[in-house]
Amino acid sequence: MIAFHVNGEAVRVDVDPEMPLLWCLRDHLQLTGTKYGCGEAYCGACVIHLDGEAVRACVTPVAKASGRQVTTIEGLSEHGDHPVQRAWREENVPQCGYCQSGQIMSAAALLAEVPAPTDDQIDQSMAGNVCRCGTYDRIRKAIHRASQEQG
Amino acid sequence: MPSARHPSPRRRPGLLGRFSKDLLALIVPAAAVVAGVGLLGCAPNGAKHLDSGEPLQPPSAFAAVADDAERSQAMFAEAARVLLHPRCVNCHPSDDSPRQLDSSRMHVPRVTRGTKGDGAAGLRCASCHQSENLSFTRVPGAPHWQLAPIEMAWFGKTPREVCEQLKDPARNGGRDADALVEHMRTDPLVAWGWDPGADRAPVPGDQNTFADLIRAWLDTGAVCPPDTTTPGAAS
Ligand code: FES
Ligand code: FES
Repeated sequence: MIAFHVNGEAVRVDVDPEMPLLWCLRDHLQLTGTKYGCGEAYCGACVIHLDGEAVRACVTPVAKASGRQVTTIEGLSEHGDHPVQRAWREENVPQCGYCQSGQIMSAAALLAEVPAPTDDQIDQSMAGNVCRCGTYDRIRKAIHRASQEQG
Repeated sequence: MPSARHPSPRRRPGLLGRFSKDLLALIVPAAAVVAGVGLLGCAPNGAKHLDSGEPLQPPSAFAAVADDAERSQAMFAEAARVLLHPRCVNCHPSDDSPRQLDSSRMHVPRVTRGTKGDGAAGLRCASCHQSENLSFTRVPGAPHWQLAPIEMAWFGKTPREVCEQLKDPARNGGRDADALVEHMRTDPLVAWGWDPGADRAPVPGDQNTFADLIRAWLDTGAVCPPDTTTPGAAS
């Protein structure tokens, strides 16, 4: 049994400790907001927060979550109103949407640490989040907007 | 993902099936061209170090070299087989991004060192790299996985250049001779080079032999090899 918290709730899972956390979240805890893109740490679709730090769930063994706080897109805010989520809506960022939960989780981790990032800092922090629809310009705008809104 | 134990999460079925064979026929050669250009365009700007694969020679193998300075140079050249191996230099870049694989291609994703060498906010090395190698996902890992400070950049350097750096506390992490040997002998991130996990080629020899070479090089005057010396050339 591996015990940890997901979005504030205590969970216990009986799975192979080496199972990627992404598998566990999606298939065992039915939290399908976190997406599977590449499964090999390249694309960023699976970014979640582990004790507040952005990590790639596809390459994180579930055992690493033991005793820790996991936050997924479903738990980033109670009503979907985290400044990043609001800015995403205001800037109409998503196109197909597949990459967006990972984008939002990376952006939220960036802003938690760097409240007013420059374009360069945004580019560096978001370099691992690929968007096949090419929404990068809107992502950058939305991060600046969220930065201003969160003050 | 290469595992039967953890089949990948449900992917939309038949995604490829939507492409007609004709479309694939167009895409595949186009992708090959792009990949080819990418390979040429991304060639590392430092010389690639391909090790001979011979065992790392211990200091005793150099006993026949009577002159202390020559022996010192020869032992450093041997140690340079480790220092300039892709497992080591890939994370000692002279710019802001690590390299990958034996070809030392740019790291994918294109991560950057950040302010402390451990990545950018939201994209830390530890977003993927744990404190140990992960067998299932193949992601390499070791304690304090991060880039070497920029003043300790070795990528693309010659053995002589790295030799001069190692003797300079301003460019070796502020270490004196003993601290340098200790670091080479016991640091877990240095040790990772001999146990890189997955199918990655380890650096030659073992960590003790390597540290012994550094010790013996220091004890023989820490003489740096000539500019033209390549790793292991003296062994
Ligand atoms: S699915 Fe994890 S990085 Fe692509
Ligand atoms: S919105 Fe389609 S992949 Fe990013």
